[in-house]
Amino acid sequence: MAAVDIVGVRKAFGATEVIHGVDIAIADGQFVVLVGPSGCGKSTLLRMLAGLESITDGTISIDGKVVNLVPPKERDIAMVFQNYALYPHMSVFDNMGFSLKLRGAPKAEIDRRVKEAAAILDLDRLLERFPRQLSGGQRQRVAMGRAIVRDPKVFLFDEPLSNLDAKLRVAMRTEIRALHQRLRSTTVYVTHDQIEAMTMADKIVVMHDGRVEQIGEPLELYDRPDNLFVAGFIGSPAMNFLPGRIEAGAGPRFVSDGGVSLPLVAPPGGVGSGIDGRPVVLGVRPEHLHLADEGAAAEVLVVEPTGSEIQVFTKLGGADVMAVFRERHRFRPGDRIRVAPLPGQIHLFDAESGRRLVP
Amino acid sequence: MVAEIPSVTADSAYRMSLWSRLMTDRNFLGFWFMLPAAAVLILFLAWPLVLGIWLSMTDTTIGRPGVFIGLENFDWLSDDPVFWLAVFNTFLYTTVASIVKFLLGLWLALLLNKHLPFKALLRAIVLLPWIVPTVLSAIAFWWIYDAQFSIISWVLLKFGWITANVNFLGDPDNARASVIAANVWRGIPFVAITLLAGLQTISPSLHEAATIDGASGWQRFRYVTMPLLTPIIAVVMTFSVLFTFTDFQLIYVLTRGGPLNATHLMATLSFQRAIPGGQLGEGAAIAVAMIPFLLAAILFSYFGLQRRKWQQGGRD
Ligand SMILES: Nc1ncnc2c1ncn2[C@@H]1O[C@H](COP(=O)(O)OP(=O)(O)OP(=O)(O)O)[C@@H](O)[C@H]1O
Ligand SMILES: [Mg+2]
Repeated sequence: MAAVDIVGVRKAFGATEVIHGVDIAIADGQFVVLVGPSGCGKSTLLRMLAGLESITDGTISIDGKVVNLVPPKERDIAMVFQNYALYPHMSVFDNMGFSLKLRGAPKAEIDRRVKEAAAILDLDRLLERFPRQLSGGQRQRVAMGRAIVRDPKVFLFDEPLSNLDAKLRVAMRTEIRALHQRLRSTTVYVTHDQIEAMTMADKIVVMHDGRVEQIGEPLELYDRPDNLFVAGFIGSPAMNFLPGRIEAGAGPRFVSDGGVSLPLVAPPGGVGSGIDGRPVVLGVRPEHLHLADEGAAAEVLVVEPTGSEIQVFTKLGGADVMAVFRERHRFRPGDRIRVAPLPGQIHLFDAESGRRLVP
Repeated sequence: MVAEIPSVTADSAYRMSLWSRLMTDRNFLGFWFMLPAAAVLILFLAWPLVLGIWLSMTDTTIGRPGVFIGLENFDWLSDDPVFWLAVFNTFLYTTVASIVKFLLGLWLALLLNKHLPFKALLRAIVLLPWIVPTVLSAIAFWWIYDAQFSIISWVLLKFGWITANVNFLGDPDNARASVIAANVWRGIPFVAITLLAGLQTISPSLHEAATIDGASGWQRFRYVTMPLLTPIIAVVMTFSVLFTFTDFQLIYVLTRGGPLNATHLMATLSFQRAIPGGQLGEGAAIAVAMIPFLLAAILFSYFGLQRRKWQQGGRD
């Protein structure tokens, strides 16, 4: 159990810098998810936390102590690897007990702690097996068991579920969450799957190209994305974007490049002067579009019912816009419908910087 | 419909099915596919072996076809101190050379497995001793060990560590050490490169996992590298032992078995007795006497190579 502080951390491999100054504060017992597209530096950051990569600049502290130069074995962290990295020549029991054995723990204690962890993870009957004789999900649990047995200050997970099939992934998601609620230890969890991030995290860190784009609670990120990247990354199906500009006046409106005109219900206060004609991007989530007579005309291209909802791909003023309806509308490709965003459910971003404009 | 089919058709359908059943029978097909290879093996390997064993039971000499004399050659050899010396030499040579090759080869493999500059070049250089024809490298060693022009002696003299040239190949103990050193030099690349290939199959994440589990460098070697490498070590060392046990060229070029038979191996003694000595039957008997030892080595490897429990079952 420990707080983790990442301050101004940079990482360069040779001349190429891949992490450009990252600050993350993780409170004791928090479940933090690092999420971002492939290659954005999540694993690198996690490996720096674990001590497997050197830290080029900045500091990482665990429990108030700077660990930049502390070797992995003294950091008291446990890590679950994407490929599990189970020792193929050791039984499940030995895999889980290995760290204790290295520490010179007495046999009886190893036995007790491994059996405890095995009971938590429902591995009791598999202790004599070798990794080869286990299913993917079982291996995943052994990898977690190996971490639990150590009772570390911090748990690190690097995409632990990406090798599992969809169903098992959902089940393991819940299991890892339940485990965290039980053990309450600080956890840093890396994934590129934003749904995993949304469902599991106390706090999400969205990374992109070696930078932190936004840090916040899942719903905070969903409701108030700081910039275009976060807006597009969080939420599935992804947010629709319409480039255009603001026309100030008695009732300020957003006019898209394709000529779609929408009233801005809450005028973008605080943006200040010069908002007239300012190039912006309007973002609206598919689930926040509804059918409205006064809405903008859109042409239905494709209709995809999922059972619980229907996803409708449309052309709206030259832009691709997706809408999701919970009602069972019977649209056909070619139909013309009128859609409008729910009041208060639009996001405005500065077209140039991508930053959120205040509403 | 079925009832109307004439019986002739039914009969041929049955025969067809017998034929097609044969054509899908694994054992039947396997036998025929294996036949050519088996024929080649029997003709060129097994048959000469049988002839050799037969020869060892005759008193054939060059120019005179021998008669069957049973185990008399072996009986005679069992009282021959030179034969027993050769057996001793062979064991000494094989044991010492194999152990040294293994240790140095493993060490080299571990080094080459690290991130080194010019890695590809270094690996190529390591392979060099193995690529050079044995006779050529043996001749090079012959010069290195020369009583007068030895570069080693010259260097040691320059440093003032010795006062007279080392008698590398003239003194029995020196000669044994020298041929073993030459054999080690030649054999290391095979061991090193094969073990390197084995090391590279070990996922780096296992080492990382062990590091995080708190293992020191030595503990990672002991608990991760070694167990995962044992199957390959078993293969490499079996071959290495077989090559060393049957070595001939190096000794023949360097010492011809001398001085005082101190470096005669069973292979060189067999040749010595059979060809220059003309005693074909006796030479064959010495060669045949190697068979039990080779069989033992193969059996050892057979059990050593058996898939370990952790390698069985399941998928990757
Ligand atoms: N050893 C290395 N040498 C050079 N560049 C590296 C090295 N390791 C990673 N990189 C680079 O650093 C960047 C971040 O890599 P990293 O593995 O952290 O990405 P990631 O966010 O974990 O992606 P993924 O979701 O695909 O696992 C990538 O551009 C990668 O090419
Ligand atoms: Mg990664």
